[in-house]
Amino acid sequence: MARMKFLCDADRCIECNACVTACKNEHEVPWGINRRRVVTLNDGKPGERSVSMACMHCTDAPCAAVCPVNCFYTTADAVVLHSKDICIGCGYCFYACPFGAPQYPRVGNFGSRGKMDKCTYCSGGPEADFSTAEYEKYGSNRLAEGKLPLCAEMCSTKALLAGDGEMIAEIYKQRVIKRGYGSGAWGWKTAYRETVAI
Amino acid sequence: MRRAVTFLKTFLLAAMLVAGPTALAPALAQNPIQADGVNPMGARPTADSVNEEFLFKQSDKIQGRISIPDQKAANLIQPQGREYRNFRESWLPWIGGLVILGMIAALGAFFLFRGRIMMEHSQESGKKILRFNAFERFTHWMTATCFIILSLSGLNYIFGKRLLMPLIGPDAFGALAQWAKYSHIYLAWPFMLGVAFMFVLWIKDNIPNKIDIAWLKAGGGLIGKGHPHAARFNAGQKGVFWMVAGFGAAMSVTGLMMIFPFALTDINGMQLMQVVHSVIGIVFIAGILAHIYIGSLGMEGAYDAMGSGKVDLAWARAHHDLWVEQEQARTASGPQLKGHPAPAE
Repeated sequence: MARMKFLCDADRCIECNACVTACKNEHEVPWGINRRRVVTLNDGKPGERSVSMACMHCTDAPCAAVCPVNCFYTTADAVVLHSKDICIGCGYCFYACPFGAPQYPRVGNFGSRGKMDKCTYCSGGPEADFSTAEYEKYGSNRLAEGKLPLCAEMCSTKALLAGDGEMIAEIYKQRVIKRGYGSGAWGWKTAYRETVAI
Repeated sequence: MRRAVTFLKTFLLAAMLVAGPTALAPALAQNPIQADGVNPMGARPTADSVNEEFLFKQSDKIQGRISIPDQKAANLIQPQGREYRNFRESWLPWIGGLVILGMIAALGAFFLFRGRIMMEHSQESGKKILRFNAFERFTHWMTATCFIILSLSGLNYIFGKRLLMPLIGPDAFGALAQWAKYSHIYLAWPFMLGVAFMFVLWIKDNIPNKIDIAWLKAGGGLIGKGHPHAARFNAGQKGVFWMVAGFGAAMSVTGLMMIFPFALTDINGMQLMQVVHSVIGIVFIAGILAHIYIGSLGMEGAYDAMGSGKVDLAWARAHHDLWVEQEQARTASGPQLKGHPAPAE
């Protein structure tokens, strides 16, 4: 089985936000929820870079550790998913997450959070593959169709890579060697306790 | 004619080729990037980009600019989540377990050692004196009911998945935890109101004074023998009052911050709020366990104060002699005895 990861090559990302839009459209993500976002660092200064960030599907995921109802699980592809039937919307996973991935719809009074929503690596949830319940809660299940996440597939500069960790690391490594520079695999050290050695 | 034009073109091209390097030099200087990516200043603007290591040296988290309204999304990486996780998963269950079970064990040991503190009978036994009026009792029980539910639903955030979930299964536990969360958020409001009411109702009788020092020196009514002087509230009860006021305020502030997440603070503030809320909550629960013990099982006659509101006059005289005198002086209709008995000393 593959170990699925995301890698954003910040030297290629042009902050077009197509990944964000593709994600929102593919999964019909409600208003105010952003499973993926693009953060621009050193904006307007020399060395400015943009990084597309979503759930990194961490190894030993902090969200799963702090969850008071244990609603998270890791799939055979090492994708971190959760059950919205068990989630209570306490918000702890957001405090633990290094990447700000968990999102909460605002429901009810007093800023009360609804069930958490986050990137599913385009692989749905605990419900049966391609079921209506799965689509309504988690969006489409491209992985079950044999496809990779749409954000990476849509990426016009192929900055955002998705797939088996070793394969995308190898692609990135080749790029860095060829062009002679690279700002690194953003978030890998935090998410996977390892980075791409070049 | 055509040959002339061709000749002229060739001549011009040759002239340009000869003059080229000098004539085009200013134009080249305007394009700062050379073929190897180095500009005239020696920097490589494409390659010299920001990187994670450099940004983490500047700040403890990586922040940038985003084009969506959710400003907390501008945090690209915040590794502090790891410390929060370490506290919540490695420390908190131990702190909670040790403090609460430790208090229960201490109370159990105290009960075995000291037993129930029984009422001492005197000629005043059987007569009743009003200790807490209906509004005071209502406020107390409203706050107490909320506190018990808040405690259980709060402890569920720490121990539910460890103790309850294996017993009842994830689906039932998910549903229960959802209701626990709702009750925690909604009952926080009557609880805060109750703490505020109690503070206003009882603060005038809870200002620490010299009598409290003497009471504490004598070991109070719990450890020591005899009954040191006490007004409406003894030093122990004043301690409970100030604990409820102080912890109640701390729980309210940190709780409100969590009910309105990110309204006043950032992610690190939210993490801190939860650490403070959980630790104080645990100590608060342990403190209230002691309060419940002494107000019910631990002392005969004490429960009536919050039950019917009227306590036995002999009990009141023994435990709150100065208050009884004050009450009797204040109201002629109160339960009086002919020939004022000397305080028990």
